[in-house]
Amino acid sequence: MIRNKLPAVLLAVACLSPVAAWAQTDTVKGIERYRELLADGNPAELWEARGEDLWKQKRGPKMASLESCNLGKGPGVVKGVYAELPRYFKDTDRVMDLESRLLHCMTGIQGLDGEAIKRTAFGAGTNRSDMEALVAYVTSQSKGVRMRVPTSHPKEKQAYAMGEKVFFYRGGPHDFACATCHGESGKRIRLQDLPNLLDRKDAQRAYTTWPAYRVSQGELRTFQWRLFDCFRQQRFPALEFGSDASIALTAFLAKNANGAAFNAPAIKR
Amino acid sequence: MADPMRIRATVKDGKVDVRLLMSHEMETGQRKDARGELVPAWFIQNVTATYGGRTVLSAQWGPSISKNPYLNFRFSGAKLGEKISVTWTDNKGDKRTDEATITAG
Repeated sequence: MIRNKLPAVLLAVACLSPVAAWAQTDTVKGIERYRELLADGNPAELWEARGEDLWKQKRGPKMASLESCNLGKGPGVVKGVYAELPRYFKDTDRVMDLESRLLHCMTGIQGLDGEAIKRTAFGAGTNRSDMEALVAYVTSQSKGVRMRVPTSHPKEKQAYAMGEKVFFYRGGPHDFACATCHGESGKRIRLQDLPNLLDRKDAQRAYTTWPAYRVSQGELRTFQWRLFDCFRQQRFPALEFGSDASIALTAFLAKNANGAAFNAPAIKR
Repeated sequence: MADPMRIRATVKDGKVDVRLLMSHEMETGQRKDARGELVPAWFIQNVTATYGGRTVLSAQWGPSISKNPYLNFRFSGAKLGEKISVTWTDNKGDKRTDEATITAG
């Protein structure tokens, strides 16, 4: 017992060290090492497997599979599609991200209730989300693919510009914008380093590691959830699932990650 | 019924490396829900891995194991292309068995 206590005492002393910068980099290294250790055996794989099943299964009132769903590269193609989303879709005449496009297919092709899907878009324990599983499967098929989000169509340009506006828009009881926390390097919440989303490297690393399995929640979270939760932390009105604002902000952040290899579903604390 | 496990088994120099993920809530029985009521304990109690009718791993688990647990173990004496089978049983009596073919490592 005495032998076990010694390192704990040393650690406590180390934490009191006045060299804050040293403690900070050490924490960052600690978190990185934690992620590394968890990377093998990422439970996101369980979501990917369930999502693949859901993709291929004949479901809904129309008893159809999603294999005729066009995510941008033709009906049924999932390989590499996430690296080019959000993008403009001719059939709906709007820019869509993966989640809103899946919602479009699930309601259109399978005849499922869109409002019900939106209500259960974020899973909690035994109330599981089919959306999160499908996103896990589709995004896993883009692992290693370079981000190439298009902005050639006028509506894509418009979405990007709108997303940029949302990013800098200050409001809510705290007078916060996304940029308040994510517009400068070296910011953090508690011990979590916050990516500066205006910095190319940071933006690439942040975007290409979502969706992710959140260990603290035991759930796989999609990019729509990431934005939803940022809005909640800003004390903004709830961000509606698949809304134009959410897609525009995704388009802005996704495009800024262009050129980097997609590397998710990842794992986060 | 519970979701299937994800099992990967690779063999190198006669040693098999088994990595598996299980889908389970693993409730400790200590947590309270939004209404302040205790969430009943619900966790995997027994894990058994068998190869060719021989038990190669037998474990008793408790509520301190994480949600969606990951397990990594090694054993020797298995051949390429043969199957390993893993079974878990939880405290509600729910059970799940999955198999995987051993591939080259």
